[in-house]
Amino acid sequence: MNKSSSIIKIKIQNEDFDVSEEIKVLYQNNTGAVVNFVGIVRDYDEKNKQIINSMTLEHYPGMTETEIEKIIIESFDRWELTGVTVIHRIGNLKPFDQIVFVGVSSKHRQNAFDGCNFIMDWLKTKAPFWKFEEYNNQKNWVSFNESDNQALEKWKN
Amino acid sequence: MVIKYFSWIKEHLGKSEEHIVLPNHITNVDQLIDYLNQMDKKYHLILKKKEIIKVAVNKTYSSFDANISNDDEIAFFPPVTGG
Repeated sequence: MNKSSSIIKIKIQNEDFDVSEEIKVLYQNNTGAVVNFVGIVRDYDEKNKQIINSMTLEHYPGMTETEIEKIIIESFDRWELTGVTVIHRIGNLKPFDQIVFVGVSSKHRQNAFDGCNFIMDWLKTKAPFWKFEEYNNQKNWVSFNESDNQALEKWKN
Repeated sequence: MVIKYFSWIKEHLGKSEEHIVLPNHITNVDQLIDYLNQMDKKYHLILKKKEIIKVAVNKTYSSFDANISNDDEIAFFPPVTGG
């Protein structure tokens, strides 16, 4: 992994982020592709059949950043990437608020697509965040989705 | 030793962290849980849900048989749900 010319940015923050600004951060020498993912708060919980009024995200400071860094380093080992940005929000959020941004840059598109997909899959299962949802007459901690573990199968080799 | 709790474990125990002096005879996470449970039955939740609850030692995912010492930071939390 050649870190000398690579961008790695990890931010855990309450504030919103500007997707177009974050994509531009990844424009640099040797980059021909930027792929990004943005996760947003849903307005409806299909499992509990409830309208979501708000969501609160808590995390484990220190471990969160370390786990995300490990995932990013692994992505640089697997693909020729030129930069990775991961921004994850915490605190109270409303439906359609942005939660997470993953931006991955590379010389050619396929590495950026794969790297972005890989980072999101691992972030969902390893980065210590927990969601708490509030509905009209009820609230609960979101339970882990087994399909997130299954998503990791494709990265086994 | 610092012990941290997150998500519904924190709510069940009514605290996000606590400081204890680890007795000499306690050398791994499993023994720590037994020790806590002897002090307060509330910790039984961690024992009962051990197959799903995650443990971190010094902010790194760990196993229940991992060695621990009084200088360590232990955390118990449910499977993660971020992203």
